[in-house]
Amino acid sequence: MSDTHKAIEAVWKIESTRLIAGIARVTRDIGIAEELAQDALVAALERWPDEGIPEKPAAWLMTAAKRRAIDALRRGRMLELKHGEIARELEFQQQRLGEAMDEALDQVIDDDVLRLIFTACHPVLAVEGRVALTLRLACGLTTAEIARSFLVPAKTLGQRIFRAKKTLSEAHVPFETPRGDDLRKRVESVLSVVYLIFNEGYTATSGEEWMRATLCVEAVRLGRRLAKLLPEEAEVYGLLALMELQASRAAARRGPNGEAVLLPEQDRSLWDYEQIQRGMAALDRAQKLGGGANSYTLQAAIAACHARANTAAETDWERIVLLYDALLQISPSPIVALNRAVAVGMAQGPAAGLHALDALAAETALANYHLLPSVRGDLLVKLGRYAEAREELQRALAMTDNAREQDLLSKKLKQAMFID
Amino acid sequence: MRFMMVVIRKGYETATADAAPGAEAVARMMEYNKSLQKAGVLLGLDGLFPPSTGACVSYVDGTATVTDRPFAEAKEAIGGYWIIQVRSREEALEWARRAPMANNEIIEVRQIYERADFSIVVRKEAVQKAAEGFEELSNAAAAKA
Repeated sequence: MSDTHKAIEAVWKIESTRLIAGIARVTRDIGIAEELAQDALVAALERWPDEGIPEKPAAWLMTAAKRRAIDALRRGRMLELKHGEIARELEFQQQRLGEAMDEALDQVIDDDVLRLIFTACHPVLAVEGRVALTLRLACGLTTAEIARSFLVPAKTLGQRIFRAKKTLSEAHVPFETPRGDDLRKRVESVLSVVYLIFNEGYTATSGEEWMRATLCVEAVRLGRRLAKLLPEEAEVYGLLALMELQASRAAARRGPNGEAVLLPEQDRSLWDYEQIQRGMAALDRAQKLGGGANSYTLQAAIAACHARANTAAETDWERIVLLYDALLQISPSPIVALNRAVAVGMAQGPAAGLHALDALAAETALANYHLLPSVRGDLLVKLGRYAEAREELQRALAMTDNAREQDLLSKKLKQAMFID
Repeated sequence: MRFMMVVIRKGYETATADAAPGAEAVARMMEYNKSLQKAGVLLGLDGLFPPSTGACVSYVDGTATVTDRPFAEAKEAIGGYWIIQVRSREEALEWARRAPMANNEIIEVRQIYERADFSIVVRKEAVQKAAEGFEELSNAAAAKA
């Protein structure tokens, strides 16, 4: 790729979201808006290499998109209608479209970007469609890039995006910012999409890890963007805090051979303390906005307890237990309960942890979840009940296919044998 | 990828301590900062007092010498910086192109090392070596005492 092409690509990555959002204000259809924006990009690729990158590339792209929109209108109308008496009507339409585009060009307002994100995450879409559209429209990733990061063929992903756009169009989803009660639910949908993208990158254990790791960066960036667009929404800051705090540990999560390193064993000097500070600031903001009891904010507060501890031993486990209690209140889930039991074991001793775990034994959702026997095994080791511990660890080992998890469990099993 | 965009300002070397940019320049800069923030790329930024309020510490053969600024021969000095997180060098350059700089000013765009750029193994070895060195030092100090 030539330098100019790389520069055009950079301009596109920076501008595409605002460009599509501005056009969508006029077309009310994000599928059409994206096509027109793509046309404008093609025009840029044709002309900028010779003419140089314009002083105001965003305005140039918007003007080009407007021209394409008028062309498309003319072509469409020409097919449908004969000439003559219709010409004046057509001219009027073109003029109106042109004016609307000019206005959109003058000021792509932040609300347009917000509407675009809300539309891409609309509940009428399947979750995978929401994720793909968001990465494409709100992050400016290409279909190929998204496909690579989700380890699916580009063709599959292209179809996914095509279907999502079609669904939006057929359902006549309005290009608008939801209000009132609806807003809360729609914000939730957006945040869950962002967190899903983050986790897809964060938990990457296979494939092109580097590409998948960029999903984390994209999600955090989107989180920062949303925080500017919805400055009064506590949970936006809660999620941003959670992502920043989790991402701050990225460098410490893998050992020299790529093996997983769990939180207590992590080399804390590898944590990104600037990122932790950003996470803490976002958490503070979420709490000040009254979001202290919300799900993402509570999870962020738990992550913050770990971030504040200089060594694993200094972790404020009692506070973490309280935060898990609060989290269980608002979103009861066996996984949260399991994590709480681990925290109880740390705060009040292994016997108390085991007791908390016993309450989960009947949980069908955890019946095949390797972490349940794995955690039991850990606690039993601490209590010196090695024979039982080995049994649990062996059960855990049989339940997971993940090679890294298996390594970790085998190691624990060996230790349990050795101590005994 | 993170980049530092370093602002190099003409005539800043000899600016007085209370030199301040005009209201219009400040407003344009705020607007630019906001655009970085809205795009979610801004991680940090700072403006620096003129060099006359600082000093240089230079190291020759293990001796540190403090020299007051400004330097008569210097014409330009660092005025501040942004730290941004973007996907490519080109994106960083594109953001730099958009900065509202005054005539003849320069923005130097430099990539920041990521933790992942250091191999953890290399890092560990280096830390271990440094620690061993420290141990030798303290042993030597103990022997002397």
